[in-house]
Amino acid sequence: MYDFTYHKPSSVADAVKLLAADPDARPISGGMTLLPALKLRLNKPSAVVDLSGIAELRGIRREGSTIVIGAMTKHYEVATSPEIKSAIPALAAMAATIGDTQVRNRGTMGGSVANNDPSADYPAALLALGGTIQTDKRKISADDFFQGVFATALEMGELVTAIHIPVPEKAGYAKMRNPASRYSMAGVFVAKGPHGVRVAANGAGANGSFRVKEMEAALAANWSPEAVAGIKLDPFLMNGDIHGSAEYRAHLVTVMAKRAVAEAG
Amino acid sequence: MPQVTLTVNGTKHTVEVEARTLLVELLREKLRLTGTHVGCDTSQCGACVVHMGGDSIKSCTILAVQCEGAEVTTIEGLAKPDGTLHPMQEAFREYHALQCGFCTPGMVMSAIDLVNKHPQGLTEQEIREGLEGNICRCTGYHNIVKAIAAAADVMHGKRSELARAAE
Repeated sequence: MYDFTYHKPSSVADAVKLLAADPDARPISGGMTLLPALKLRLNKPSAVVDLSGIAELRGIRREGSTIVIGAMTKHYEVATSPEIKSAIPALAAMAATIGDTQVRNRGTMGGSVANNDPSADYPAALLALGGTIQTDKRKISADDFFQGVFATALEMGELVTAIHIPVPEKAGYAKMRNPASRYSMAGVFVAKGPHGVRVAANGAGANGSFRVKEMEAALAANWSPEAVAGIKLDPFLMNGDIHGSAEYRAHLVTVMAKRAVAEAG
Repeated sequence: MPQVTLTVNGTKHTVEVEARTLLVELLREKLRLTGTHVGCDTSQCGACVVHMGGDSIKSCTILAVQCEGAEVTTIEGLAKPDGTLHPMQEAFREYHALQCGFCTPGMVMSAIDLVNKHPQGLTEQEIREGLEGNICRCTGYHNIVKAIAAAADVMHGKRSELARAAE
């Protein structure tokens, strides 16, 4: 790892100022992706701005029919939060499957959302739940925020501060994990809520997490695993690699969608 | 050079480190606490697990400077000053939950966090899933799982001492 200057601001305003002053500075939340990348020298920031000292980025609260999760909330906190377990149990259960215990004790929801790893769990959940990403500047719908593999609507130096999720009527998630890396080969999140019936998949798409519109239509007409059983995705739109072909992943999305609907009940 | 002040196994240390220094490097190279191992250095194997604020974390994937003000416990901090082992250490010995021993410090630290977070007890399946972040290349895990189940009973006061493995 190359050396860098370390900053630990105590407010979002100070963090944004530090990042704006230096285009080569990078924010760090849980560091579960950034630190391994720095070790491999894939990235050479001049400065690392640690967001863990910013109290306003923490906490989970319910505001009417919306759950608001601070960006620095750890996966373990999402998995065990009484508010989330009662309002969106599928989200809590999903967070309990991210990485391993030690990763969940450090990694944060905001960090994962800002990174938009194609195998990350949260992007599909936020697409399906119709979530909104709050930054230091604006609010961005999940549909507009996630823009492909590791690509988001975030501008340089813009920070995710919170995630807003409308409480759904029902939701479910199912994931096929790579047996070795434990990353998602294909995960599908289904939700029926204020934004209608929405389905999104991670791990499988050639262009990152994506909504599966044909499954949304089928489930809106008939909310049951059988409704999606016959839907076949185009392998051309899937990711193929040594862990699984595009055809295999296309098949997995349908299988996971069926399981997710069954899980949602 | 940045300075970090943290408490390790109950003793406060102020150490000069580079910003890029990892917690595990501080522990092993500055404090000479070499019980915490580096296996993969890619946050997968769990040999470097320590507790920070009571939570198990991988000390190879956190900067030392991020630990300012933190309470860290390593494998060296578990036994009592008179040498009495922690029930988890005792169980690993009793159930022969190790062969080469390289993964053992991380296994023990992860196992203690797992037991602490499950006061209602643990099923075998929960123990196996709870060890997802720790890799052992010798044992096949069976004796590790048995040891953790036995230690959980002692830690939760269900049993005052470990049952003999031969029972």
